[in-house]
Amino acid sequence: MPVNPELIGRDFPSTAPYLVGREKVREFARAVFATDPQHTDPAAAQALGYADVVAPPTFAMVVQDLALQQLLAEPDAGIALERTIHAEQRFRYSRPIVAGDELTGRIAVTGVRAVGKGAMVTSETEITDAAGAHVVTAVSVLLIGGDE
Amino acid sequence: MSELEVGQVVAERDVHLTRESLVRYAGASGDFNPIHYRDDVAARVGLPGVLAHGMLTMGLAVETIVPWLGDAGRVLEYGVRFTRPVVVDPETGADVRVEAKVGALEDDAARIDLTVTAAGTTVLGKAQVRIRR
Repeated sequence: MPVNPELIGRDFPSTAPYLVGREKVREFARAVFATDPQHTDPAAAQALGYADVVAPPTFAMVVQDLALQQLLAEPDAGIALERTIHAEQRFRYSRPIVAGDELTGRIAVTGVRAVGKGAMVTSETEITDAAGAHVVTAVSVLLIGGDE
Repeated sequence: MSELEVGQVVAERDVHLTRESLVRYAGASGDFNPIHYRDDVAARVGLPGVLAHGMLTMGLAVETIVPWLGDAGRVLEYGVRFTRPVVVDPETGADVRVEAKVGALEDDAARIDLTVTAAGTTVLGKAQVRIRR
């Protein structure tokens, strides 16, 4: 099944709220070899004006991933995980993610372009906080291989 | 930050990845695709070996400049293309080198270009961070 171009403009619900935990931020920071204390020490983060530890910039992928799961789960999407390659990733920030944030992501497919037998699928996940304010937009380009 | 010049190296580092690094990232990120920790699965889908998560390479690359920035909140935008995989050998791991250079200057922002290499080749394309000056 080829990638369905009608995914563009389809309405997806917001993901369930994701509560960013301090230990999760520390765990993620260690995993990406982050060395700066703002990611692990609440006092260092507070000295910069933040309420709690600051997540590394790519932590937004955790919420983006929840939104992408919705896309992959669409029965008519034509996106098979085993044929999917992450081709590009981009983040546009209004502010960094901080422990204590309750985040939701809302995905929109913005492009489906045929490439050989497969397709490039571009999606944008807008991540907002509990007050509804924009935190970061995560843009992902997936290359979906065609059926053999 | 007003003294920045195009071409200036603002940060650099070497990161040694092992299979443990990949398992740690899988757990921290929730990405449990087995091509990042199982040789048999990697071989079956035609890969040259177990690969580092692209998002791990992207994540460690930008963290190279955070101590220099002082505040991760100065990152306005960050994007990469995943051009080549990082193969992580079960015994010897992989060495990733990151160099961050000023690519362009605006009045109140700057573009930092990240050059990320492993095994002698560039693994991320157009790895650019836009920062607030």
